[in-house]
This record gives sequence, C-alpha cells and structure tokens, in this order.
Amino acid sequence: MNMSLLMVLPEEILALGAIALMLVAAWGGQASTRMVSIVAVAVLVGATIALTGPASYGGDAFGGLVRGDAFGAFAKVLIFGASAIAILIAPRFFAAGRGDDLRPEYPVLILLSAAGMSMMVSAGDLLTLYVGLELQSLAAYVLASFMRRDTRSAEAGLKYFVLGALASGILLYGISLVYGFSGTTLFSSIATAYGEGRSLGLTFGLVFVFAGLAFKMSAVPFHMWTPDVYEGAPTPVTTFFASAPKVAAVALSVRVAVEAMGPATDQWRQIVIFAALASIIFGAVAAIGQTNIKRLLAYSSINNVGFVLIGLAAGTQAGVAAVLFYLTVYVVMTLGSFLIVLQMKDAAGQPVESITALAGLSRTRPGLALAMAIFMFSLAGIPPMLGFNAKVAVFQAAIVAGLYPLAVVGFVASVIGAFYYLRVVKVMYIDAPAETVEGAPLAVRTDPVEGGLIAVMAAAISPIGWLGLASLGGATMVAAKALF
Amino acid sequence: MLAIPAIAAVACLFSSAQGARWIALIATLIDLVLGIGLWTSYDIGGAQWQFVEDAGNLGIFSWKLGIDGFALLLVMLSVFLMPVCIGASWVAVTNRVQEYMAAFLFTEVLMIGTFTAQDLFLFYIFFEAGLIPMYLIIGIWGGVNRIYASYKFFLYTLLGSVLMLVAMLWMANFAGTSDIPTLLRTDFPVKAQTFLWLAFFASFAVKMPMWPFHTWLPDAHVQAPTAGSVILAGVLLKLGGYGFLRFSLPMFPEASAQLTWLVLGLSAIAVIYTSLVALVQSDMKKLIAYSSVAHMAIVTIGLFAFNRQGIEGAMIVMLSHGLVSAALFLCVGVIYDRLHTREISRYGGLAINMPRYALLFLFFTMASIGLPGTSGFVGEFLSLAGTYQVSTAITLLCTTGIILGAAYMLYLYRRVVFGDLTKDDVRAMPDLSLREIALLAPIAAVALWMGVYPESFLAPMRKDVATLEARISRATPAGDSLPTPGKAMALPVQHAEARP
Repeated sequence: MNMSLLMVLPEEILALGAIALMLVAAWGGQASTRMVSIVAVAVLVGATIALTGPASYGGDAFGGLVRGDAFGAFAKVLIFGASAIAILIAPRFFAAGRGDDLRPEYPVLILLSAAGMSMMVSAGDLLTLYVGLELQSLAAYVLASFMRRDTRSAEAGLKYFVLGALASGILLYGISLVYGFSGTTLFSSIATAYGEGRSLGLTFGLVFVFAGLAFKMSAVPFHMWTPDVYEGAPTPVTTFFASAPKVAAVALSVRVAVEAMGPATDQWRQIVIFAALASIIFGAVAAIGQTNIKRLLAYSSINNVGFVLIGLAAGTQAGVAAVLFYLTVYVVMTLGSFLIVLQMKDAAGQPVESITALAGLSRTRPGLALAMAIFMFSLAGIPPMLGFNAKVAVFQAAIVAGLYPLAVVGFVASVIGAFYYLRVVKVMYIDAPAETVEGAPLAVRTDPVEGGLIAVMAAAISPIGWLGLASLGGATMVAAKALF
Repeated sequence: MLAIPAIAAVACLFSSAQGARWIALIATLIDLVLGIGLWTSYDIGGAQWQFVEDAGNLGIFSWKLGIDGFALLLVMLSVFLMPVCIGASWVAVTNRVQEYMAAFLFTEVLMIGTFTAQDLFLFYIFFEAGLIPMYLIIGIWGGVNRIYASYKFFLYTLLGSVLMLVAMLWMANFAGTSDIPTLLRTDFPVKAQTFLWLAFFASFAVKMPMWPFHTWLPDAHVQAPTAGSVILAGVLLKLGGYGFLRFSLPMFPEASAQLTWLVLGLSAIAVIYTSLVALVQSDMKKLIAYSSVAHMAIVTIGLFAFNRQGIEGAMIVMLSHGLVSAALFLCVGVIYDRLHTREISRYGGLAINMPRYALLFLFFTMASIGLPGTSGFVGEFLSLAGTYQVSTAITLLCTTGIILGAAYMLYLYRRVVFGDLTKDDVRAMPDLSLREIALLAPIAAVALWMGVYPESFLAPMRKDVATLEARISRATPAGDSLPTPGKAMALPVQHAEARP
C-alpha cells in the first residue's frame, strides 16, 4: 500500500496542490491570481520531479488499478510541460483581453485537468481510465468557456460539453459491454478474455471504446467539435487543448489498444487505419479553405492525429515508440505555433486571428516569421525539420508491420496537407504587409518569456534538434518497451 | 564545404544589402576553391568512396558524407555555378537582398549535401530540403505569376518524392541499414525491385524532368529570377539524373532492365515533343526550359543504354547542360535586365550594338546544339553511341530531336541577334558590362575545355562507370539493334525485335 502511494506521487502532488490553490483562490480572490499561477507552475515542476521515483518503474499499484511505468512517465512529462506553458502564457493574453480578466481558477483548472490526464495515461483499469478522463474533460469544459462575456467562448464550452458527454456515454457503453462479456475491468484480465477467442460482445465493446477515445483524440469521424472549440476558446486554452489532452488521449488509446486489447490487434487495427487515413485526408482537405489561423491549426491537429494513429496501427513496439516520438515533436510544434498566434495583436492590443493578418510578417517581424515558417514546414513534414523525422518514424513502423497501402496513401495525403502550411508561409513571406483596418499587426512587442519559449522551440524543431534525436529516440524506445 | 555557406547564410541575414552580396560572393568563391582542391586531391582509380566523413548515428539516419567520381563532378558543377549566380543577381536583385543571398547559400549547402550524402535518409533530407529555399526564391523574387509557379514547383516535386521515401523505408527495413554503399551491394528481390524502381522513378522523373512530368519546369523557369533559373537548370535538374545513376540503376538492375522500354519511350517522345514545342515559343526562357527537357531526355536514354558510352555520355550531357543552359539563362537575363521583357519579338539586331554579347550568345547556342568542339557534342555523341547499341529506332528519333534542337536554337538566335536594328529601345541597349563578361567567360572556357579535352572530366568517373557497368551487366536489356561488328562487345545477347 505504501508503495502504491509512492507510485501515484505525481498525481497526489497535483491533486493536493490543486485543492490547496483552490482554497487560496477562494479566499484570496482576484488579487491572488499571480501567486496561484506561480505556485501552480511549481506544483507541475514538482510533479515532474516526482516522476523520477517509483512512478516510472514501480509496476502495478492498488492491485493493478494504476500502473507506474516508463510509458506513462514519458507521456506525463509532455503533459506537465504543456500544462505549465499553458499557465505561463495566459496572463498576457487576458491582460489585453476583452474585459475578462484572468482569474485564479484558471491555473487550478489546468492542474485538475493535468491530474486527470496523469491518471488517464497510467490507467490499468477501465474505471481509472474513465475517472481520469472525466476529471480532465470537466476541467476542460470550464476552461473552454472561461471568457464569460464572450459568446464564442461560451458556445465553445457548451458544444464541447454536450458532445463530450455524448462521447463519454459511448465510451461507458463500450466499457460496460467489455465488462459484461469479460467479467472484469482490469486491463490484464481483459487481455486474457480477448485472447480466449472472438466474442461478438467483446468486439462491440472494443468498437465503442475506440469510438469514445477517437472523440477525445479528435480523430475523424469524431472530430466535428474540434474546429469550433479551438476557435471559440481563449487562445491559451486552445494551446492547452491542442497539446496536453491530445497527448493524454493518444497515450491512453495506445495503452488500451496494447495492454487491454493486444490479443485483438486484428480487430482494432481496421478501425485505427480507417480513422488514421480519414483524419489525414479530411484534416488536410478541410484546412485548405480556412481563413482563421486557429481553425487552421485545429484541422492541422486532426491531420496530425491521423499520422500518430499510423504508428498505433502498426501495433508493434517500434510503432508505439514512433507514436511517442511523433507526440513529442507534435507538442513542441503546436505549442510553438499557438505561441505565435498569441503574438498576433492589432494596434489596440486586441488579438487577431485571420491568416491575412500575418501578411508581410517576414518584413515587420523577421524572427517571428522565421520561427513560424519552421513550425509550418515541420508540420508539413518537410526535411530538415523534425516533423519530417517524426513522420518517417511512424511510417517506418507501418512499413515494418507490412502496411504498405497505408504508408503510400498516408504519404500522398501529406502532400495535400503541405499546401495549406505552405500558404501560411506564402502569406508571411511573399504577400505585402497588411494595410487593413487592423493597422500594423503585431505592433505589440513580444514578451521575453514567450519570445524565449518560441526561440527554444523553433531551434528544437530545426536541424539543431538533430543533436537530441538519438537520446529522444532512446527514451521513446524505453517507454514503448514498458507496454510489451 | 557545407559549413562555410551555412555560416555565411546566417551572416547574410544580419548584414546590410551590400555586405550580404560580398559575404555571399566570398563564401561561394571559397567553396569553389575548396572544390578545386577536392578535385585535384581526388585519387583517380583509388577507393570508390573518398573523403568519407562519418559523424555517427542520429536517430533513424546517420551523418555520413563521401564522394565518388559522379558526385565529385556534380559537386564541382554546383560550386562553379554558385558564384555565377551570386554575380548574376548583383544588381538585378534590390529587394530583400540579405534573405535572397541567404536562400542561395542554403541552396548550395543542400545541393552539395545531396550529392555527397552516404545515407539514404540523409540524401532524402538534403534532396527535399532544397525545395524550401527554391520555393522562397521563386515565390519572393520571381515574376508576375510567381505564386502559382512556386506552388506548382513545390507540390509537384514533393508528391514525387514522398513515394520515394516509402520505397526508402522499405529498403532500409529490408537491408537493415540505410548506408548507401552497403545498399549498393544489396540484391533486392526482383519482384520488389519493380515497385521500388517505380517509386524512385516517380521522384526522379519529376525532378529530371521527364515528359510528361515536366510541366512544372517551364512555369518555374519563367517566373524564377535569372539566378534562380540558372541554379534550377544548372544543378537541381541534375538531381534526377544523379538519382537514376546512384539509386535506380545499381540498386535495382533487373527492374531497370525490365522497364527500360518505358524510359526510352518517354525520352524519345520528350526529345521530339519538347523540341517541337520549343520551336513555337515566344518567351525566351520558356524556349530554353523546353530545350532543357529535351536535353535531359538525352541523359536518360544514355543512362538506360546500359553500357559504358551511354553512362559516360549521360554524365557529360548533364555537366554540359548544367553549364550551357545556365549560361543561356544568363544571356537571357542580361537582355532582360536592360529591356525587362522576355518576348523574343521585342528584340532583334543585337549583333549590331552588342557584338560581344552576340559572340558569347552564339557560342552557347552552338554548345547547346552540340557543335563539335563544344561540350554538348561530346555528351550527345557518347549518349547516342551508347543507345545505338541498344535500339536504332530510339537513336533515330533522338537524333531527329537534336536536329530540331538546332532548328529552334538557331531560330531563336536569328530573331534575337540578327536582323535589322529597328526598335529604338533595343538600339539604346549597351553591350556587356565587365561583370557580365566575368560571369559568362569562365563558363564558356569550361564548356570549350569539356568539348576539346573531355578526358579531364571522364577520368574521375571512369572507375565508377566500370563498377556500375559490372553491377548492371547481369541485367542488360535485350535491344532491337542489329549486331554489327565492333559494336557487339557490349551486348551479350542481341535479338532482333526482342522487346517485350
């Protein structure tokens, strides 16, 4: 028991920290925002440090309800990092906002969400999975509608909530089917049940569980909430949505697919392949017509989830390692792109979101334009950016697993995707600076913290990041090994 | 060699316009000197791979560089043309000079990297990354329709390349390594070879470009700035030929033999078709672009002749075309800078007021046609001699194409340079400046050298050609040419009309 408590130390730190900060927020009110934010980041750092303990190697805790392994630890590092950045970037956005100040609940909600995600990725049981998922989602629904006076934000929150509840229902139905036909909610026992042979009930359960998870990952055909929520939510929240919960949902799906349903790989592989190709193609085609940069990035995230799923479709250890590698690169690219979106402000300091506002950025803000170009080329998978290495890694796994048609179609579809990323670069580098009502866009100077983050991320994605490739590859291999 | 332009490119971004020009020029000249040093110290007949630099594994790929004879010559071509490009844009580019120079220097890094890469994925990275600076060069500093052209260029070539990447992944998985020298000795199953070959073909045929995948080229050329066209025609088009030489032929000999009919057929069509198209062009750059496609077709038939003359000829055509078409684009650039139009009909009678220009232009026209004594002749003759042993019909068609080539080039020359000097603005055009002569004269000298004494260029690659020939000899395609005394040595089996 004692050991079990040590293994969930990161989650404990997060949960207790969140509760304590909530009390501070309740009594301290608006004035405590700054302090709560700082402490929240410290809590996340503490949780990350706690990952070095038994949380990353301990094995089963609480009789298998939670697993402490390298896979979970790897995903948690990404989740905690992305959450911390989401807290760091918020104050400036809200300071210039439309009258909705940043309230101290924001970091608390992020912490709660992080605790939920942390539970998701190390779940060893369907119930842990569900509780973690709901904790994450409920915090996320509130975050989406955080700007109370903004109708778009409220709409995003409501939409997210209704569709999320539907997805949770689907997921619960699948869980109940799996439980009904296998008699257990423990992943290891479910795997035994799947190993014993095909049962219609179990197959149905599998389909529903994957449908529910696909919603959380925003994979096609369960993606329709993504563009609206991304557009409506405040930009720091969108940044958060596009990074941490995505990692958690994908890591959770990998764990469920491999640990609980490993013997049924042939059954879920078809679902995953369909979702992967549909996401890649739909994400690429639908993004072409977008004029809002946040919507564009939403479709881009749908597109990227498709590539991640290709690694999962391989169903091998190399595939899982590729998934983690892709997720790491994806998180950095996405955070970087959204950080640049945060810099987009008009002369009055109001945020602007249209792609045309980026016109001529290479002349007005060459450094920012260069960073954005690196992120865009990387998202498109053009070498020498790291996004290329990530794509190659997932496709390599698919080819080793013998999924040639998937690899060919996926690659060809990635060319369609390249078009809209290229358009952003074109707008920045080729078009003349915008002379619209928005005046001189990006008139506001970049905050040193945000600028530094952008620079570090852009450097990591550019060929300078090659230096870290070997160690990152090693870490993902170790993490993937934990599942097999 | 890779580091100098890369560092200079970064330096360019932070300097003034004039400073960037000088930094770029000096960096490319240093690289040229280094290239000459490389050439003189290259041990002809020594190890196949020389100057190997291996910096270990970086995730899925390793950083390993090295050159053989083919790579040496193409690297030389790149470093030779680079200073010329910088010089060509000395006054023509006034807008965002720093970024322009940086883009060119990055292009140089990537091209040298492509030719020297010893790792499959490293090759691909350099190969594809070259798209980014070229996209920007065409898109920012190009002509009126530049955005369309830059998109077309980027997406077309990217689409071709991703298929190659799938094939590369398969190969690396099959062979357990992505090291090119090792893969060159790996025998892939014949059945898989066909698919791999087609995947590589998709990429190289677009880059090359072969008919019918050439449509991006005229657009890209017409819209690109002069120096962009030079680098596009001079070096980037060679990537396709280099790819065939490095990958398709030695790695998949059986598949290459089976599919020779496809390459030869497409090439023959290309030579005739593009020559006819070139004949009716009213835009000078477009005309030269189409002539590039025709010349590249001569390269492919030479490569797929499966014998020594063909391969050597193909290499020489590549080098020669790199020089000559680059020079022709420069010639167009010279008068474009003065009159700002590429319409052929706007010119005429330049021989009267620009005699020096007319002389150099004449030389390059002749070299493009393949007049004996110029580089074009050596290459085309060797290619066609090689092809003749395989297929008389194809050779006949291609030779016809070369005659058409003479027709359109001479027709162009007559309309631009000869005739009466009727237009006032044309009459006012000054002759070549010292800078322009300094750009064109070295190219002319090298082209002449290659034409008179091709041995200097043949020697470094002779051993590699022999290695390649030994590698592909087991799969020589059956030809349709009649056995003739003195030509039989290259063909073990010859059947009349044995083409499947």
